[in-house]
Amino acid sequence: MSAAVRPLALAADAPLLAVEGISLSFGGVKAVTDISFAVRSGEICSLIGPNGAGKSSLLNVINGVYRPQRGRVVYDGVATARITPRRAARSGIARTFQNVALFKGMSVLDNVLTGRNLQVRAGWFRQVLGLRAARDEADGHRRKAEEILAFLHIQAYRDTPVGKLPYGLQKRVELARALAAEPRLLLLDEPMAGMNLEEKMDMSCFILDINRDFGTTVVLIEHDLGVVMDISDHVVVLDYGRKIADGAPAEVRDNPDVIAAYIGSAH
Amino acid sequence: MDFFLEVLIGGLLAGVMYSMVAIGFVLIFKASGVFNFAQGSMVLFAALTFVSLLERGFAFWSAFAATLVSMLALAWAIERGVLRHLVNRPPITLFMATLGVSFIIEGLAQLLWGAQVHGLDLGIKDEPLELGGVLLSSFDLFAAGTAAALVLALSLLFSRTRIGLSLRAVADDPLAALAVGIRLQRIWGVVWAVAGFVSLIAGLLWGARLGVQFSLSLVVLKALPVLIIGGFSSIGGAIVGGLIVGASEKLAEVYIGPLIGDGLENWFPYVLALLFLLVRPAGLFGERAIERV
Amino acid sequence: MFLSETGQFSTRYADDRRVFRLHQARLGIVALLAFAYLAVPLWASDYWLSAILIPFLVLSLAGLGLNLLTGYAGQLSLGTAAFMAVGAFAAYNFQLRIEGLPFLASFLLGGLVAAAAGVVFGLPSLRIKGFYLIVSTLAAQFLVEWALTKFGWFSNFNPSGVITAPPLSVLGVDLSSPAGRYLLTLAVVTVLFVVAVRIVRSDLGRSWMAVRDMDTAAAVIGIPVARTKLLAFAIGAFYSGVAGSLWAFAYLGTVEPHGFDLNRSFQVLFIVIIGGLGSILGNFLGAAFIVLLPLLLSNLGGSLLSGIIAPGDTENLQKILFGVLIILFLIREPEGLASLWRGLRARARVWPLRD
Repeated sequence: MSAAVRPLALAADAPLLAVEGISLSFGGVKAVTDISFAVRSGEICSLIGPNGAGKSSLLNVINGVYRPQRGRVVYDGVATARITPRRAARSGIARTFQNVALFKGMSVLDNVLTGRNLQVRAGWFRQVLGLRAARDEADGHRRKAEEILAFLHIQAYRDTPVGKLPYGLQKRVELARALAAEPRLLLLDEPMAGMNLEEKMDMSCFILDINRDFGTTVVLIEHDLGVVMDISDHVVVLDYGRKIADGAPAEVRDNPDVIAAYIGSAH
Repeated sequence: MDFFLEVLIGGLLAGVMYSMVAIGFVLIFKASGVFNFAQGSMVLFAALTFVSLLERGFAFWSAFAATLVSMLALAWAIERGVLRHLVNRPPITLFMATLGVSFIIEGLAQLLWGAQVHGLDLGIKDEPLELGGVLLSSFDLFAAGTAAALVLALSLLFSRTRIGLSLRAVADDPLAALAVGIRLQRIWGVVWAVAGFVSLIAGLLWGARLGVQFSLSLVVLKALPVLIIGGFSSIGGAIVGGLIVGASEKLAEVYIGPLIGDGLENWFPYVLALLFLLVRPAGLFGERAIERV
Repeated sequence: MFLSETGQFSTRYADDRRVFRLHQARLGIVALLAFAYLAVPLWASDYWLSAILIPFLVLSLAGLGLNLLTGYAGQLSLGTAAFMAVGAFAAYNFQLRIEGLPFLASFLLGGLVAAAAGVVFGLPSLRIKGFYLIVSTLAAQFLVEWALTKFGWFSNFNPSGVITAPPLSVLGVDLSSPAGRYLLTLAVVTVLFVVAVRIVRSDLGRSWMAVRDMDTAAAVIGIPVARTKLLAFAIGAFYSGVAGSLWAFAYLGTVEPHGFDLNRSFQVLFIVIIGGLGSILGNFLGAAFIVLLPLLLSNLGGSLLSGIIAPGDTENLQKILFGVLIILFLIREPEGLASLWRGLRARARVWPLRD
């Protein structure tokens, strides 16, 4: 059990993540206004909505990249108005980005290993000295990284510099890096953008497996409504920075406001 | 009080000189995103060429014209030979390329014209002028006047001419400018040529002030703190930054110097810029980059 | 054929992590070290030792210091010479003022003082990013040069501000001969390079590269960005500081603050650009280039072109050539000689087949 994640006894039905009244603006531009919703532990929750609806900004607020003007995020029972990205990482939140945020100068394996940094006990100094504990631990981290590479079918690329990989594979490497942190909450920003049907099916399977096998709670932003309906337990719809629907996939799909937002009649 | 004013104004005027070099930087940075480390050597080259032509018997204005032509040729050569090949590279690569360019220019200048110090007489008598009880250098006033004229000319260029409009478009968004049919390479050529012209003016004034010698490029490196304080992308900022650096450098030299030793001006502007950056990481007028993730 | 990896595969992770995985590479490095430690001191002339090999080794080390900071951690620095100066003058003062302090200890202490200076001038990197950061190391460069010249205490009140190396002896063995100084330099450089390789392959090395490539993402995955950056400054400055001490004591014998001026910083920056940013081997390649090229040019200038080019001009030609080479490298081979070497090795792996 990694020490970066605090095992906290949550009340059985308390949500793992609750977003309360979040408002965020840049200069005069309002990204999101008064958003509230809750995500239960172990569920897959999708954030959907037309482009520019504020979904990425919301994700950035959850893991501390942006600070909201109003509202707070309650994660794992702890309410904060502002969290630093590093704190978020240490409390078990991992994420991927819309524009793949990989370390282009390093290999796939090294990128995934950076994801392990919070689990490292014997620090760099002991590693440089070559102490037994550090060597054994390095083996352990390598083993874990290899498991993740195998899980995502990218072992063959382990020594390739990520900059040289095609986009779809880069997205998988980013996912691998996030998984390496053994997160409780995984935030995925358009994990399937730019993928063809086959790749999307693969990615959907990966997300489902992550959710089922590791028990990881997933919040994802996704545009492909077919995928969303297939894999989500819970869907939240945003439009123009406001929440217009929140519930199970079937209810959301039939919601007239949601339909209008996508087809564009209400505005 | 009078003495303080004198020092202050003297510093401000000296600062105007820094601004002029800084303006050259800003032009190039705004249009092409390149931090042109070679700006200093361009100033030196201009001054050296002009002075050597004068010494070989050219008349003032023909030497000026000939130097201008060679600056334009230099600018063209830099754009064609270096920048064109480094179009999509990260800024650090471009910066290091201009470092290489500065080496070439300095080596070339010294090869062509020799390493001695040259005096440069622009025909402006440096007589002290008395204004309201304060002694001012008439040379410095002339320099300030020239700088003002230069800035005026540049702003007219940017706001009133078609090419100025294209320049501003390219500075704002090169891709969009390309999309509306602006020829990027031509614009960059123009920008570098204008920067070359500005270097010539700056070179002449600095050369007249300090004599034309190699330490000129070191002095001119001080344009960097000017840019940092004023921001890299604004001409107004270059001016204000220059004034601040010039004034504070002089004041520090006069008031703090006796306490900790002379030679303060070697490092004071840099430390000042550093402190400034700690408070305002994007400079006074610079644009704060919002990183999108 | 010679570099084929057939039959050599790792079965344990530890084997995969080795620096020299191939038999051939291990043989090669042992041969190289044997040559460097045993053959060279016996057969090389004093000139080669004093004027070529020692500066080559010291500049490689200085390059390594800058490479760790700029190449691996992505923090641009124009103040390498300032850190070298701090290391040199600090080592000198320790050696001077502490009775009976062993030489290597003063190098170490000098390096630590340089590391502290590195941290001080690295603090701005926590708030300032990109280009603007160069002003911090530029400030360091000018400030250190000024302070060492202005305050006579640093040079023990020598009227010309020069420090002179005391006789070099380690464990009672006198090392002031060219061969002795060469071996001392070689030993220090070998040890520090080995340590650097280990650092770069550790979690710190990965954190540095992560901060270099995208520091916002690095923070998001939990890397302590501030600590990582400051360690880069500290360790990079330490290496530069030790290089400075070696420059003063093992190479020149006497040094003044202006020997560590902005030009020296540029020289080290060029070593790193030409050798390859983010590479360990590149520092050797870049240093060899910087040391040998001027010699080549002056020899050529002397013999072949003696009619055409005046002797004083060779320095300027050199400057121009350096500038041209920098630009050429940046355009064609932006990752420096090290990547050229990697390309050669990749071809050698499959030779005589073609890739």
